[in-house]
Amino acid sequence: MKEYLVLRVITKLLLPFILLFGLYVQFHGDFGPGGGFQAGVIFAAAFILYSMVFGVHAAQAILPEGILRAGIAGGVLLYASVGVLDLMLGANYLDYSPMAAHAKEGQHLGIFLVELGVGITVASVMMTVFFTFAAWRED
Amino acid sequence: MEDFFGLYNYWIVIFLAMAGLYIVIARGNLIKKLVGLNVFQASVFILYISFGKVTGGTAPILVKGVEMYSNPLPHVLILTAIVVGVATTALGLALVVRIRKEYGTIEEEDIHSQDESM
Amino acid sequence: MVEVIDIIILSLMAATVIAMVVIRNLMAVVALGGIYSLLAASIFVTLDAVDVAFTEAAVGAGISTVLFIATLALTTRIEKKPAHKPILPLFVVIVTGAVLIYGSLDMARFGDPNAAAITHVAPYYLENTKKDTGIPNVVTAVLASYRGYDTLGEVTVIFTAGIGVILLLGSWRRGLTPPSPHREDDA
Repeated sequence: MKEYLVLRVITKLLLPFILLFGLYVQFHGDFGPGGGFQAGVIFAAAFILYSMVFGVHAAQAILPEGILRAGIAGGVLLYASVGVLDLMLGANYLDYSPMAAHAKEGQHLGIFLVELGVGITVASVMMTVFFTFAAWRED
Repeated sequence: MEDFFGLYNYWIVIFLAMAGLYIVIARGNLIKKLVGLNVFQASVFILYISFGKVTGGTAPILVKGVEMYSNPLPHVLILTAIVVGVATTALGLALVVRIRKEYGTIEEEDIHSQDESM
Repeated sequence: MVEVIDIIILSLMAATVIAMVVIRNLMAVVALGGIYSLLAASIFVTLDAVDVAFTEAAVGAGISTVLFIATLALTTRIEKKPAHKPILPLFVVIVTGAVLIYGSLDMARFGDPNAAAITHVAPYYLENTKKDTGIPNVVTAVLASYRGYDTLGEVTVIFTAGIGVILLLGSWRRGLTPPSPHREDDA
């Protein structure tokens, strides 16, 4: 892709906006359309675009395989841990009410953490799957 | 006649679903089967979402001054289904890559004839 | 007005699917699949399902198409000509479609506000979301709080799919050839 100057420049210009939009969708899922899944996919799409233009090596320099694998498991772990935390605070599993002073604040915090876990797992899985396909060789 | 317009949406969606099903059953190429499966899934999602639409309602995000909202429950179910669908597609494509490595082809009939001649 | 837009977009989708059945160039079929997903996302917007449209556009028209193209690059690009006439699949599809249409005659008409699907559980969520959770997006509240258990199962499904792809195709770091100074980078 060394000859495609326009592609490289535009990708480098667009990437911060895509990542920022992904973060916006993640954290404003309460007030408009959005949430964990959409944000994870948008986040992964930014890195997939980067990898398509600059090569899988460049993407691996930013996000080594270990970090992505930790992300795949970490999101599910975060989600399940929120439930266990609620159990330890005396309520049912995944009942967010006792996590803060008022029940509504507890619900806000619980939904925030849970959507974060979902977003991390979805982004890591999409990126891992694409990099695995892109770097696969027949031997 | 009013019934016709009330039902026409469902009939077109059923046609789209059946076309996707035809691609899955009648074509031998594995990748085309997976594309057909995606088409079938998307048509079923449209069918479910159209069950929840209320005439005169709006998107189920609470705002002041709006009384009627569309049913949010199918949206939740279909959101889950879409993401599960892409997970299935990713696994299916990984299997296709491995099949291609083992058999040298991704046409269903060639794979069957290789299996039977072994 | 919504019905007219719906019918136009659904007719476009029907044309796309018919083209998909006939065309044998897999790259064109995958591109048509992306178009189909994008049209489905616009149908979701006219049906007031904005969260679902967002997800379908990002996932169906984005990630799915990219994965299909990556697989096409690793396998073939042309479908083989079908050997025999597909009479039996056509028959199965027509019979199934006829049964479904017969079943749809009993359903509530499109957009009916008194349908059973709309008056049973949904009013509870619409009324109590503000009181219980305080967030305006009812879909997020139901997904993350009222039905959080189902979402945990869904995240586990995505996790399993990621693990499955890693097991099937191996680690991608080992598969990378070390970059040499004169080789062109490609994905």
